Amino acid sequence: MTCSEFLKELSDYLDNTTDQRIRAELEDHLHWCHNCYVVCNTTKRTIEIYRDSQLFELPDDLRNRLRTAIIGKCKQHKAKTDA
Amino acid sequence: MGAIESKVSEPVSDESVLVNAARNGDVGAFEQLVRRYDRNVFRIAQHITQNREDAEDVVQDAFLKAFQNLGQFQGQSKFYTWLVRIAVNEALMRLRRRRPERTVSLDEDVKTEEDSIPREVADWSPNPEQLYSQAELKDILSKTIQGLSPGFRTVFVLCDVEALSTEETAEALNLSIPAVKSRLLRARLQLRERLNKYFKRRNGDSKQ
Repeated sequence: MTCSEFLKELSDYLDNTTDQRIRAELEDHLHWCHNCYVVCNTTKRTIEIYRDSQLFELPDDLRNRLRTAIIGKCKQHKAKTDA
Repeated sequence: MGAIESKVSEPVSDESVLVNAARNGDVGAFEQLVRRYDRNVFRIAQHITQNREDAEDVVQDAFLKAFQNLGQFQGQSKFYTWLVRIAVNEALMRLRRRRPERTVSLDEDVKTEEDSIPREVADWSPNPEQLYSQAELKDILSKTIQGLSPGFRTVFVLCDVEALSTEETAEALNLSIPAVKSRLLRARLQLRERLNKYFKRRNGDSKQ
């Protein structure tokens, strides 16, 4: 397996959606190719860091304000369609 | 090397009951759906628009549209996937308004494969998150993902932040599964490359 072949399979490998035979080939490649090992490891960390980052959390006060506005508009819409 | 663990989905057993009630005009039932998904919709909207005001508008308009159009929701897909589709369309529309000079489309693409070939291969510090304060880290992550094209960052956010499956992401974005997979790989590799400069192991970092 070449490095570019490894790279094509990287997402499926990280998502654990490769079949066993390809997974074994990928792990064999990782065993001896340091560059692909590093790319694989740091790509995995990239995903984990974003997933755990709590980026763009919705603050409670804004959350309440938005929900009040949404529900108000939904009630208006319902009143119109019921009329 | 282990695979990425996916987030556990919330139980959706009562969801069809809530959706049916909301479809029949029960605003209280719809409010429960809003409470269940408003954080996700806000996060997706903020990631796509990169603008707080736009994200707030997207949340309001997406939920209102969902309420108004629940009659068209067939129940073949999950309510959340259907809602995400509405929210993504609203977010892209706002992005286009703000950047009329640039094409903003999920089909937009995709120079060449070269944009995703790793150029810098450096290992990262053992705990890159600890190199920065929480606020600095959020700033780095936010700026870095902002540099991706809207199509790439949308796929990355749905798959890797919101933990939608490839199939659900394809459905929400009206893309083929191979197109989602291709964008996801390239988005992940581009982010990795860009984060390198912040997280790579520096002289003096201890080896593990």
